[in-house]
Amino acid sequence: MAELSTRHLLGIKGLTAQDIELIFETADRFKDVLNQPQIRKVPSLRDLTIANIFFENSTRTRLSFELAEKRLSADVVNFAASSSSVSKGETLIDTVNNILAMKVDMVVMRHPYAGAATFLSKHVKAQIVNAGDGAHEHPTQALLDAFSIREKYGDVAGKKVVIVGDILHSRVALSNILCLKQLGAEVMVCGPTTLIPKYIGALGVQVEHNLIKALNWCDVANMLRIQLERQDIKYFPSLREYTMLYGLNKDILDSLDKEITVMHPGPINRGVEITSDVADSKQSIILDQVENGVAIRMAVLYLLAGQTP
Amino acid sequence: MQNITLLDGQKFQITIQRLCRQLIENHNDFSESVLIGIQPRGIYLAKRVAEELRKILPGNNIRQGDMDITFYRDDFRRRSAPLIPSETKMDFIIEGKKVVLMDDVLWSGRTIRAAMEAMLAYGRPQKVELLALVDRRYSRHLPIMPDYVGIEVDSIASQKVVVSWVETDGEDKVVLLSEIENKQTD
Repeated sequence: MAELSTRHLLGIKGLTAQDIELIFETADRFKDVLNQPQIRKVPSLRDLTIANIFFENSTRTRLSFELAEKRLSADVVNFAASSSSVSKGETLIDTVNNILAMKVDMVVMRHPYAGAATFLSKHVKAQIVNAGDGAHEHPTQALLDAFSIREKYGDVAGKKVVIVGDILHSRVALSNILCLKQLGAEVMVCGPTTLIPKYIGALGVQVEHNLIKALNWCDVANMLRIQLERQDIKYFPSLREYTMLYGLNKDILDSLDKEITVMHPGPINRGVEITSDVADSKQSIILDQVENGVAIRMAVLYLLAGQTP
Repeated sequence: MQNITLLDGQKFQITIQRLCRQLIENHNDFSESVLIGIQPRGIYLAKRVAEELRKILPGNNIRQGDMDITFYRDDFRRRSAPLIPSETKMDFIIEGKKVVLMDDVLWSGRTIRAAMEAMLAYGRPQKVELLALVDRRYSRHLPIMPDYVGIEVDSIASQKVVVSWVETDGEDKVVLLSEIENKQTD
C-alpha cells in the first residue's frame, strides 16, 4: 500500500520522486487496461463525480481528462468559462462552490492565471487537479512526458533532455524541468535569449542558444510551441526568423551523430517549431505522448480519489 | 504474537498434489480449461498447480494466467490508502472455457467477487470454479464457496493466515498468526 504525499495535484513542485514513481507504476497498469480492447474501462471511481472546469481553451488536455475519468467510471461534468456566469462577473470561489454544492467530489481546472489551482485548493473542500495555470505549471503534461521517456528508454535518470522554444511563457517547460530533475535527468533549455527567463539556471538547467549544439548534446528534444497568445510584446522579429534559427527539420535531424527522440506537447504549429516530416517521423513519439496522457491522468485521479475523504 | 504452522514440508506438497488430482477429475486434459491466479498472492498457487499438472499430464497445454483485481475492489475510497495494482497477464480468452480461479486464502469472499467482475471483461466462461489453498471458514461476507480446498481453518478476525512460497519466501508454508491485543485491556 502506498499513497501520494499530497491531497491535490497542484504542480510537480509538491511531488516527491516516490510520488512520481508511484504514479508511473499505477499508469503502467492503466495502460494495460487501455490496451485491452474488450476492457478499457474499470469501475474504481463509480461513486465519484468530477467537474472539468476550463477557463482557457483546450482540446487534448480536456479530452484526455474526460476520457480518463470515464474510463474510471466517474461521472463527469464539463464547464467552459466562455459559456458561463463567469462572464457575468462571478468570482472563481463562488463558481466552484456552486458546482461543489451540486455534490461534485473533484475539480480538474485550467485557468489563465498562475497559482489559480493552489488558491482554489485553499478555499474549497474538493480535491483539485491542476490542468494548467497560466505560465506556471502543467503537472500532468510533465508526468506524461517523463512517462513517455521512461517507456522509450526504460529510465529517466541520466537521460539528457533539451526543451526548445518559448520557455518564458510555457507551463509545460517549468513542470517538465521540475519533473525531469526530480527523476535525475539532465535538462537543457534552448531558445532565443528573450524567451528564456533570466534566472532559469537556478533550477539546475543548462542554457544554450544554438539549436544544433543543443540537439547534438541531447537524447530527447521536447519542441514547444510559440505561445503567441501570451506574448504582449514582440520577442523576436518574425516567426520566419524563429523557424530558421530554432525550427527542427529533417535535414537537421539527419545531420546529428545519433538518433534522438522528438517530443511535442501539442498543439503543433507545423512548419514553425517542427516540420511535418519530423513530426511524422519514426523518431517522433508525439502520439505516444497523447496515448500515455490518458493512462497518466487515470493514475493521478485514481491515487488522489483513493485517499481517505 | 503466537504462530501456528498449519501446513509445511511434505504435507504441503501432498495438499498441492491432491488439489491437482481433484482438478484432473473434473477437467480431464484441460483442453477446455484455464487456470487464473489472483494477484498479488494467488499467482504463486496457480503457477505451482500448473507446474504440477504439467508434470502429471505431460504433453497437455495447461493454460495459466495472472489477473489483477485492484480496480474492481469494492473498498476503494473506504480504506485509508488506495491499493497499488499489479500486472494482469492472460494470453488467452476465456469465452466458453472452464475457468478455475485460484487464491491463496479465502476469507471474506470480496476478492473473489471482484475477480468474477474483472474476469467477465475477458469473455463469458462456460463455468467458473474456485480453488483456495486455505479456506477460513465462517468468515464470509458474501455467498461464495470454494470448489477445491487445500485446508480449512477456523480462525477469528484478529488472526491472520499467511502463505509463503519457495519462490518468494524460501519455504512452502501456511502459518496462522495470532496477535495478542494488549490495547483493549485498559
